[in-house]
Amino acid sequence: MNILSNISWRSLALWKRNRDVFLTTWKTNFLPPFLEPILYLVAMGLGFEALIQADIVYNGQSVEYIKFLAPGLISISIMYGAFFECSYGSFVRMYYQKTFDAILATPLSLEDIIAGEILWGATKSFINATIVLGVVAVLGYAELPGLMLVPLVAFAGGFLFASLAMLFTSLVPNLDSFNYPFFLFITPMFLFSGTFFPLSVLPQWGQQLAMTLPLTHITSLARDLSYNILGVDSLVSMIYIVGMSAVVFLASVYLMKKRLVK
Amino acid sequence: MPAVKAVGLTKLFEELRAVDAIDFEIEEGECFGFLGPNGAGKSTTMRMIHCGSPLTSGKLEVLGMDVTVDSRRIKEVIGVAPQENNLDPDFTVGRNLTVYGRYFDIPKKEVAERADRLLEFMQLTEKRNEKIQEISGGMKRRLIIARAMVNEPRLLILDEPTTGLDPQARHLIWDKVRELKRKKVTVILTTHYMDEAERLCDRLVIMDHGKIILQGRPRELIDRIIGTDVVEIDTPTDELESYVKGKRWQYERTIDRLLIYTNEGQKVAAEIKEHFSLSYYLIRNATLEDVFLRSTGRGLVE
Repeated sequence: MNILSNISWRSLALWKRNRDVFLTTWKTNFLPPFLEPILYLVAMGLGFEALIQADIVYNGQSVEYIKFLAPGLISISIMYGAFFECSYGSFVRMYYQKTFDAILATPLSLEDIIAGEILWGATKSFINATIVLGVVAVLGYAELPGLMLVPLVAFAGGFLFASLAMLFTSLVPNLDSFNYPFFLFITPMFLFSGTFFPLSVLPQWGQQLAMTLPLTHITSLARDLSYNILGVDSLVSMIYIVGMSAVVFLASVYLMKKRLVK
Repeated sequence: MPAVKAVGLTKLFEELRAVDAIDFEIEEGECFGFLGPNGAGKSTTMRMIHCGSPLTSGKLEVLGMDVTVDSRRIKEVIGVAPQENNLDPDFTVGRNLTVYGRYFDIPKKEVAERADRLLEFMQLTEKRNEKIQEISGGMKRRLIIARAMVNEPRLLILDEPTTGLDPQARHLIWDKVRELKRKKVTVILTTHYMDEAERLCDRLVIMDHGKIILQGRPRELIDRIIGTDVVEIDTPTDELESYVKGKRWQYERTIDRLLIYTNEGQKVAAEIKEHFSLSYYLIRNATLEDVFLRSTGRGLVE
């Protein structure tokens, strides 16, 4: 595979570039992922919990609604962190700032650049989700030792969403076109991936459909770890995330090359 | 070993032959120019040299390495100052250099020292902490050239380095290019300014429609294509033109001028004045611009 052999450790130089930009504006970068889950927990947790009297049954375990919601907030931050970074962020760097063109004149290959962008996207998910996890854990909605592994899921899930975003970045003609993947893909996942309510309330076909969505697997892994109830389903989710990541990553690098090499 | 060697170098964009089987050799340590109207294939050739665009066919070697095999190693030892401004707007002037140096895996301390030297060299030291958006166009061009030198390249590509700059900024960049030449850095230059090419280039090629139509030293090209002098006659008559034609002088008629290319400007002008009353005429030295316009035509290239 040409794509793989053209990826080297040099992609870390691109990762460091994005990290440095992130750190120069760190104050604005850290606050939203910290405050957002608090807002959600207050609004949905306190607000809805008054309406939802019964506990929610998840994998045979009964949990109060706010504790059910908490891992969903983590997985949502995983999705948005990487997807924003490698859609709008990468497109601006590629198309408006010509950053990729400039770096292409250095020893980095285009594959290094794309891999570095996706690694950075995964890192964004890792950072954001870990902050959300911190809030959730302090409030007691995630349990040791499982929660220690959630950042790992964040990085893996972030890698998947970064690759997916890069796939769209390789295809869209302009910045506004990202409205389509967001409306048709990201928002439905935000709502229907076991984030706000258990999938069991959906009809059979709805549940099956949800199982094809990446966020469903990230959410259930985050939840299984938060409750310390790993099982066969968790293993399936892990395999899904790894397999899907590999396929989408290769496809996105291939399509980016097709777009940029002229 | 030549710094760059191209044999039958070709680039197709679908039906368009952007670069059409050209051959050239650039010696190490010389300043080599690529001239030509827009769309002539200069920038595409540059992009192929710095491994930014794959060849359609032909062979291209840079510093003895094949661009299709050794792109990483080539890119390690050459510097590229592209035509369009692609400085990193997310960083300050100084960090544009240090971050760029990191792509070459230059140790942190070393890159910091080089950045200091390059800022000094390009007279940008005071702007070190400014944002890219806040510096002038001339400073941006200088910073792009400084950035291209951060890996201490053996070969430097300057794609239209002075387009849109004021005379002060152009002269500063020319000084710097001459300084590089003294340091035996090979420089490849594209430009639309013929005076710039005449001043800086040891040798040059003129491209048109993807082909090299002329090559040589600037002075030789002028002597060969034009001669030493140009006599410009304002609002010529048809009789004047047929007189010039009858004399078998080399000439060209534009919308409102007749240009006579000769080695004896004074003599030609005197002879014409004997037969015609001239309202306005001018005898001047032939320049590379005359060569360029004569060889690529006066029609606008869109």
